[in-house]
Amino acid sequence: MNPRSPHTSPRWLNQKTMAMLSVGLFVTTVVTSAFTEERTPTTRPFTLVPATAPVGRDSMASVKAFANVYKVLMSPRCMNCHPAGDIPLQGDDSHRHAMAPRRGIDGKGVYAMKCTNCHQPTNTPGLHTPPGNPDWHLPPATARMVFQGRTPNQLARQLVDPKQNGGKNMAQLLEHAHDGLVVAGWTPGEGRTLPPLSHAEFTKAWTTWIKTGAFAPKP
Amino acid sequence: MSSIIITINGKDHSLDVDPQMPLLWAIRDVVGLKGTKYGCGVAQCGACTVHLNGEAVRSCVTKVSRAAGQKVVTIEGLSKNNDHPVQRAWQEIDVPQCGYCHSGQIMSAAVLLRDNPNPTDADIDAGMAGNICRCGSYLRVRKAIHLAAGMERKVSSRNE
Repeated sequence: MNPRSPHTSPRWLNQKTMAMLSVGLFVTTVVTSAFTEERTPTTRPFTLVPATAPVGRDSMASVKAFANVYKVLMSPRCMNCHPAGDIPLQGDDSHRHAMAPRRGIDGKGVYAMKCTNCHQPTNTPGLHTPPGNPDWHLPPATARMVFQGRTPNQLARQLVDPKQNGGKNMAQLLEHAHDGLVVAGWTPGEGRTLPPLSHAEFTKAWTTWIKTGAFAPKP
Repeated sequence: MSSIIITINGKDHSLDVDPQMPLLWAIRDVVGLKGTKYGCGVAQCGACTVHLNGEAVRSCVTKVSRAAGQKVVTIEGLSKNNDHPVQRAWQEIDVPQCGYCHSGQIMSAAVLLRDNPNPTDADIDAGMAGNICRCGSYLRVRKAIHLAAGMERKVSSRNE
């Protein structure tokens, strides 16, 4: 039976080893703090959004790509369903949706005013008639994902924050560019302008932004 | 053209129609149920509201293909003897003026009360905002929905 107290150092940790470990720990701390300090400069045209561990980090390419992403997300075809309030917007002038349908808890409307009561699985023929998609909805009340009124910096940060983006990780965000309701923005029905970039151009900008580090433009 | 089967008010109907035909056309012109009205044709007014699997869809923009194999309820099928609490309340308050929009109003109100048996004025306004009345019967609509909610509460407390 070993009578050694649990509070004494194990035999293989002699004094020399302990000293080396202490020095190592100190150096690691200093180096880490130096890099942490460098994450908050004031002269860059961008700021770092939460660590996302992408490959090929390139802040300039990322911020440049986000400029195109932002143009699309703030176009009526995207922003109208990402309103600041709980009532969607409509039209190229992003006015408040006629009839004031409410978001509801799940983003699919309330009572007799559910989105799919009027929005069919496909576009309704005719000028300014209800556009359609089988999955028509707003973001849910628990993650409202507001685009309206957001600056590029605010929107970039929000998009990569799982607490604000519906719990999406980077892989899911990349995939989201191909979501059926996102893609529907490019077939909006008669009387509605298209987003300023094609879906392929948007996907390229979106992918570049994320894969180069999902940097946010400077506030 | 193959036939499309839709259960309307509990009865199966086999319809030889274009799947793109608005459900409202099928209900009125093919099946012959005229209680559901045509208002705007673009889901803006709510006069054509029917229940599709329990939801208050606008039948003027709902294609027959969406209703294939599904259950549709029109104003004629809401109750057996026109005695759904909403219908009784509508009669008691004497809600309609011209009446054109009220089959749609009643179908929407029935869904509202199913989802929220004790609605506030704000809940009613939110739930009924898609049903427009040119006669301006909104205050009576609201009053009747409160009355219907009270009737349903009485029935449920009696059954407990």
